[in-house]
Amino acid sequence: MSGAQYHDPVRRTLATNRTAAVCSLAVVLLGSATALIFFYAPTDADQGFSQRIFYFHVPIALTAYACFGWGAWKALRVLWKGDDRADLESYVAIHQGVIFGALTLLTGSIWARASWGVWWSWSENQLVLFLVLFLFYCAYFMLRFSLEPGRARANMSAVYALFGVVLIPVSFLAIRLSQKFIHPVVFNSHGPQMAGSQFFTFCVAFAGMLALFAALYQVELAGKRADAHVRELRELLST
Amino acid sequence: MYLADVGALARKDLLLELRAKETLPAMLLFVLSALTIFHFALPRGTGHQAALGLLWAALVFTALLGLTRAFVAEREQGMFDALVLAPCDRSAIWLGKSIAVFAFLVAAEIVALPAFQVFFSGLSGRTVAAVVLADIGICTVGTLFGAMAVAGRARELLLPLLFLPAAIPIVVGGVGGYLWFLALYDAIFALLAWALFEYVVAER
Repeated sequence: MSGAQYHDPVRRTLATNRTAAVCSLAVVLLGSATALIFFYAPTDADQGFSQRIFYFHVPIALTAYACFGWGAWKALRVLWKGDDRADLESYVAIHQGVIFGALTLLTGSIWARASWGVWWSWSENQLVLFLVLFLFYCAYFMLRFSLEPGRARANMSAVYALFGVVLIPVSFLAIRLSQKFIHPVVFNSHGPQMAGSQFFTFCVAFAGMLALFAALYQVELAGKRADAHVRELRELLST
Repeated sequence: MYLADVGALARKDLLLELRAKETLPAMLLFVLSALTIFHFALPRGTGHQAALGLLWAALVFTALLGLTRAFVAEREQGMFDALVLAPCDRSAIWLGKSIAVFAFLVAAEIVALPAFQVFFSGLSGRTVAAVVLADIGICTVGTLFGAMAVAGRARELLLPLLFLPAAIPIVVGGVGGYLWFLALYDAIFALLAWALFEYVVAER
């Protein structure tokens, strides 16, 4: 939007070039995270080198939750304030969430193969939860694309997105009930069970993934908005 | 007042079904055929647990059949507009429809559960209680998603895709016999569906 309300030149530049700023932040953070993961973080005594995928897998998974949460927040704005722009924002956030969710499944699967010798383990709660969420949010796109664009579609997508964010803890509880718990517990009530260097690497990787989400979100949103704008102009021209 | 509206709406659906006899016979036949298929799908000598798991699969799919039909009359006869115009709270439409679907489902289960007992093995009181609690969850969530699915082009195709991932916790709670979990699911999603239904029918 317009950067006219900012007098400070740095803030004005950031506001007008938000996409570029977020993209460069993502590149810097992810680059340093990759360097930290391979050259700084200590090799795990138990799992060896393959444990390093943890620094990708868990930040990606947490970022996927952040995407779904952000999508639900925007969905709430659609229903609560009748905010038309929030509909597209909610859709883009969930789209990114599904992509990060698919990456979670992929990295989790690779990790399971490396540490347990199987591609898929039903006893790994997070993976099963992501499968359920992946199925649920894929149906979001089916719902959205079977409706005509407009107010009704915005409302229904928002209702479904809000359902999804409530389904996350409920499904997690269900999956935890359904099987014995063998997933390595890294975070528990005593705080992170990691050495300081591991925790630092993890935090950088997590910040990097969040920045990547923000960058992809901005880019896709800009693309979708330009698309809608072009369509409007074309309709105006054809009449 | 609110309850009178809900009662009238539920009564309308039950009366329609009583006259047309479309949904309930289909659900009954479906659940019996499903149980028969499961008998042949299970290897000889499999235990009670395996059969019980399949009972839950049969119940969820039977419910899906009923839910797919739930809003057909509204759609085909353009009754959504009339319902939305009616001087009642919109969530009453959802509650009335949920009660009607619940009634169909319970009626189908009154046949299905004894049939399961005859075909496979006995049922504990805990399982029956779990089935009733699961029915509440299925009807509340399913009715909301059903109203969303009929608005789209894909219709019947869409409802299973929307509903089945959300029904996974119900199956977990049912198979494990976690009554408190099913009650929690019912409470959370009934409240959510009750609050959000208005937006689903408000504009179409």
